[in-house]
Amino acid sequence: MSTPAALLHTQPVIVETPIGQFWHMLRKDRLAVAGLVVLIALVVIAVVGKALTEWVPAFNPATVRLVDKLRPPMAPVSSIIQAEEHPIGGVYIFGTDELGRDVLSRMLQGSSVSLLIGFVAVGISTVIGILFGGIAGYYGNLRLGPMSVDTIIMRFTDVMLCFPTFFLILTVVALLPPSIYNIMIVIGATSWMGTTRFVRADFMSLRDQDFVIAAKALGLPEWRIIFRHMMPNAMSPVLVSATISVADAILTESALSFLGFGVRPPFATWGNILADGKAYIFDAPWLFFIPGLAILLIVLAFNLLGEGMREALNPRLRSR
Amino acid sequence: MGSYILRNLLQRLILLLVVSVVAHAVVHLAPGQPSEVDPSNPRMKPEDIAKIRAAFHLDDPLHLQYVYWVRDLVSGDLKSFKDSQPVLPKIWHRFLNSLPLFIGATLIVWTLSFPIGIRAAVQRGTLYDRSTTFLSYALISIPGFFLSYIGIMWVVNVLGVPVIGMRTFGMETANPLFRGMDYLWHLVVPSFMAAIGGIAVLSRYVRSQMLEVLSQDYVRTARAKGLDEDTVVYRHALRNALLPFITMFGFMLPGLVSGSVIFEQIFAWPGLGRLGYEAVLSRDFPVILTINFIAAALTLAGTFISDLLYAFADPRIRLE
Repeated sequence: MSTPAALLHTQPVIVETPIGQFWHMLRKDRLAVAGLVVLIALVVIAVVGKALTEWVPAFNPATVRLVDKLRPPMAPVSSIIQAEEHPIGGVYIFGTDELGRDVLSRMLQGSSVSLLIGFVAVGISTVIGILFGGIAGYYGNLRLGPMSVDTIIMRFTDVMLCFPTFFLILTVVALLPPSIYNIMIVIGATSWMGTTRFVRADFMSLRDQDFVIAAKALGLPEWRIIFRHMMPNAMSPVLVSATISVADAILTESALSFLGFGVRPPFATWGNILADGKAYIFDAPWLFFIPGLAILLIVLAFNLLGEGMREALNPRLRSR
Repeated sequence: MGSYILRNLLQRLILLLVVSVVAHAVVHLAPGQPSEVDPSNPRMKPEDIAKIRAAFHLDDPLHLQYVYWVRDLVSGDLKSFKDSQPVLPKIWHRFLNSLPLFIGATLIVWTLSFPIGIRAAVQRGTLYDRSTTFLSYALISIPGFFLSYIGIMWVVNVLGVPVIGMRTFGMETANPLFRGMDYLWHLVVPSFMAAIGGIAVLSRYVRSQMLEVLSQDYVRTARAKGLDEDTVVYRHALRNALLPFITMFGFMLPGLVSGSVIFEQIFAWPGLGRLGYEAVLSRDFPVILTINFIAAALTLAGTFISDLLYAFADPRIRLE
């Protein structure tokens, strides 16, 4: 005989909040969880690496030791190197490059720059996308002269979609003075079109729903309706596409590095370590494979997490 | 239908015009002048630079430069800044080189993606499905040039054949059969490498389309009728799953320009993407603008063709 309290315990836990439900779905996707774990680890590595390469002399990525150039991974340091220039533990864990710089330190320095490029570029494209999409979706019927606001924004989006994206990025990056910020801005400014399109679609369907009409009837200010009531309901596809776009931005940066338009020294990114390492592919394969595999890992983690989020946020799959 | 086509064509022409104006403005407003490419060259006197600027109308106002560009493009005597060769024949020549690479890669993508994707859908949840899922994410996440270098190393080491360029040096006088085989062999590796990303994306898409269709009522009916599994999968399910792929044919057209920059650079393939890259390096505005214009025209033509094909293939869709 079971008491009501015991019955309550035997029933499966039903997670009620949207975030709880999302987490419950995401946890079932082992690949997505693996991606999340890798990403958290990489963010920690990037932050710790930034601190270490700034303040600990053993991790100084700019220390040049010409005696110890092109040492393979796990090679011990030469005896004539001064003690303050020794790598950690006296061993080059990832080997050294053509100037005798410690590859581990350079990878640590590059991890924060690579992640930063991805996050800032996607931040820019997401903000532009939400802004344009939101305006087109909410104020779409407003007329400016002969055309409605919606028409103007969406035609501009169509114009941007016509450009061959990578070629456009290449052209602008090549013409602008070389700078890490220009690369972030250019990647961000050329990849907001997808976000605009689905934010607009979401806003157009939300605009006529009861809770928005109720909010309007209550006399709430427009910014509050847009940001507090409509935006949270339109965020899930934005989050998914932002996650996957970070992966794309990191790949684009490495492709630009390969063509010689990437981030310039003294900044090390995984992309330009890889691009520089290709010259030593036969003599010092670790210079090529370590950054290449690192990029593969981080981009894969973003892609798997993004796809897992897409599945978890999909209302059609949620009922199962 | 006829009026739809006309209206659509007109819209696209206007879009193309706007794209070319924007591209012209971006290229000309960005810092970096074609006459400054080689500032350290002692033979470049100020009067030479003035002469070059005058010859290419670089001191005229922007809108006049745009008019000159359009006039020269239409009349066919647009000349490159770099070598004063006419731009259109130059681009046409490179386009003919790119075309086999594009066709080869497209054929590989479409012939491999369908069997892989269909099998993954039919055997959903099995080891095969899960490993192809993981593998395709890994292939999307790997930098293209990293994978290509590994591929080149493997081909050179294991098969012992040259892969760079369009033909082997010294084969010019060989018998046409051998020259043809040599050309084909040089084509295989780059087109396969360019195809890998496409296979990964398209096979996922085939899988999700097939899964969608396989859960439909008419597939259950076909099974209930006692049809054998092959007939159900290939005649009933696959035919219905094919519809969205018709549109993808159109979307692939612009890849002819922008998708090929990296791969043509790696494999020293003298194609359109590489011409664009060289033009960017030497700030050769007429070539950059014309390639960009062609890419935009291809994008618009692609979406137009896919709209028409879709309406043609799916009687439920009416173009209004």
